[in-house]
Amino acid sequence: MMSYLSRDPLFIASLLAEVQGPERGGTCVFLGTVRSDEDVTGIEYSAYDDMAAAEIGRILAETQARWTDARVTLQHRLGLVPAGEASIAIAAAAPHRDEAFAACRYVIEEVKKRLPIWKKELYADGTTRWVDPSGQQVAGGARDR
Amino acid sequence: MAHVTVRFFARYAELMGRDTMSIPVSDSTTVADVLEQVRDTLPAARDLPARPLAAVNLRQVKLDARVRDGDEVALLPPLAGG
Repeated sequence: MMSYLSRDPLFIASLLAEVQGPERGGTCVFLGTVRSDEDVTGIEYSAYDDMAAAEIGRILAETQARWTDARVTLQHRLGLVPAGEASIAIAAAAPHRDEAFAACRYVIEEVKKRLPIWKKELYADGTTRWVDPSGQQVAGGARDR
Repeated sequence: MAHVTVRFFARYAELMGRDTMSIPVSDSTTVADVLEQVRDTLPAARDLPARPLAAVNLRQVKLDARVRDGDEVALLPPLAGG
């Protein structure tokens, strides 16, 4: 089985190979891609690797328990991801599309809430900024040169 | 002497100027107690939020969770995966 965390570009075919099968008629792939908002040239992703891998395992196990006929997997990229490239890929396959979409949606929402992964945005002018999705000001959270 | 390893990540590691430290603990020590000792030891830790996210042994916990000798306590900046 492939690792859940990767420092290389994500390879969707490998994820599909893990979930597809003749008894699963619906397959859903979600990609999260680095946007070029506000002159962002890329995002540097860092993680608490051991916990992130454990938490991904728990999320996938929960998904499997809830949609028992589905198969789901994911890969999250770490290190520098240039704008326009995917930072996360999720593949979910199920007998029918409703379960595939639902399982895929569950996984990305839990990833957002639970994975110990952090983003530092890199801007065209050379500045950087830690992303805080909670909207609270992080000490020194303004752009740093 | 019983101790836990405290790990800092991302923004917090930058703030602290390090990514790990060792803190002595007793039977009744909680994550909040560990955090207080970190604040007493590292001046930069005063810039941490009052109630940061924390994990013990790879699972997110509340600050009143007990810790034991050998545990890995992690202080986590706001999560931003995906």
